[in-house]
Amino acid sequence: MSEWWTYSLSDFLMFSSRSYYRLIESYNAAIWPAHLLALVAGVIMIGAIARPRQHLQRSAALVLAAAWCWVAWAYHLERYAEINTAAPYFAAAFAAQALLMGWLAYRPGNAAPAPQPAALGLACLVIFAYPLLALARDGGTWRQAEVFGIAPDPTVIATLGMLLAWRAPAIFWLIPVLWCLVSGATLMELKIGHAWLLPALALTAVVARVMVSKTPRDLNSTANPRS
Amino acid sequence: MPPTSPSRRHLLASMIAASSGLALSPLLAAAPPAPLLTRPIPSTGDQLPVIGLGSWITFNVGRDPQGRRESVDVMRQFFAGGGRLVDSSPMYGSAQDVIGEAVQTLKPARLFAADKVWVSGGARGVAQVEGSRKLWRVPRFDLLQVHNLLSWEEHLPVLLAMKREGRLRYVGITTSEGRRHTEIEKIMASQPIDFVQISYNALDRDVEQRILPLARERKIGVIVNRPFRQGDLTQALAGKPLPGWAADIGCTTWAQALLKFIVSHPAVTCAIPATSSVAHVRENLLAGTGRMPDEALCKRIAQDVERLA
Repeated sequence: MSEWWTYSLSDFLMFSSRSYYRLIESYNAAIWPAHLLALVAGVIMIGAIARPRQHLQRSAALVLAAAWCWVAWAYHLERYAEINTAAPYFAAAFAAQALLMGWLAYRPGNAAPAPQPAALGLACLVIFAYPLLALARDGGTWRQAEVFGIAPDPTVIATLGMLLAWRAPAIFWLIPVLWCLVSGATLMELKIGHAWLLPALALTAVVARVMVSKTPRDLNSTANPRS
Repeated sequence: MPPTSPSRRHLLASMIAASSGLALSPLLAAAPPAPLLTRPIPSTGDQLPVIGLGSWITFNVGRDPQGRRESVDVMRQFFAGGGRLVDSSPMYGSAQDVIGEAVQTLKPARLFAADKVWVSGGARGVAQVEGSRKLWRVPRFDLLQVHNLLSWEEHLPVLLAMKREGRLRYVGITTSEGRRHTEIEKIMASQPIDFVQISYNALDRDVEQRILPLARERKIGVIVNRPFRQGDLTQALAGKPLPGWAADIGCTTWAQALLKFIVSHPAVTCAIPATSSVAHVRENLLAGTGRMPDEALCKRIAQDVERLA
């Protein structure tokens, strides 16, 4: 459609913050107590970063693949699509990332030689602190908490932490970073105070990845046979 | 200039009703509602109330039961206050279905159903219109507009044919936020359309130069979207005291003043503010009653809004 250039960012924001957070609230209510399972999965993730062993890495990659797949279906397709016509495309992107994470589980490569403080920080922050953002927002309640493995934003940030720890190549970063930009722009248009947070965390992860890129044992340069 | 008493009475009644729920006193309940001003649709002379109801963002609530209940309440208040034109689009997510639910629940006697076609290609437009009609739960649309001029060359002949066959009453085109005005003018000058929908408010006044005069000349009705710049304008003016002229035209809020500025333009048929608040619907409808600002006062309103916003 040649007319797309006539639209601005605000033209694509087709719902209010009230509808958005009410959708998250009803989603949380519908799947509770899956959040407890997600918390256990989050702890496995943190363990995989804190103690870089291949079997933990493999488990964490499988957890992430399942989380991306779940968010694609249960959040984007089943719920977000009610108020956002772009949601099916987001679902497709999340499903593609699930496949990539599945590939990482199949061919995990070398874990980083030591725990990555930045990766560990990102994962801990997003798994334990990110849900509290709901309480910091005007009118927000804990029922609207965004939880790793359930909601897209914390799932994506936790993934970036893991990709950083594993020194994963760029292809694995593409969709998570793009999502941070899309979601950050959405929250900015919704005038949510922490709209800057997601792009800032993505930038932190990318910069940290670039800083360690010169060291050996990169996942893409030291493909390790399955062991 | 003294304020018009019917609108003030109605406002007082509305405020008391809002603060006391349904417990209206017999005296207030008996107060006659202020008549909502109407304008003739230029191509037919049929009268249309100057305040309509938009649905962008506000009615896109998905399956949320509370959001849907609130939307039905908004439309109930709108129709009870004399409103008729409701505007939507396939671009607005679940808004069409939410409107359809309200139409099914409320069965409004005098709904003026205005929707849009927003898809590439004329053939796909026919299917989209039929899908929209089913969502609205109406036998036919009163007005169909080509949304943001998307594939207008293909859609306009189809819509005009539907009008000739009696499956549609009016045909129009839309734009927003000042986009593609040159093309809008060309279509207005060359095509037999009944309505044009544009953005116009006390700050965005480009259309006063060419589009609004052309609409009068070509007898094209004008629907005004984004009267509050999607809430930014009322937010910017929140807390700023209303100037003295506001009382002269029966305004107690900036929103009413902004709407009166728009609908007092002789080329404008109606404005379509969108809201999810019943109180705001009441407030908006009151802007369509009582005295309207004259040209000189409109200039002053624009100056004051520019200074304060």
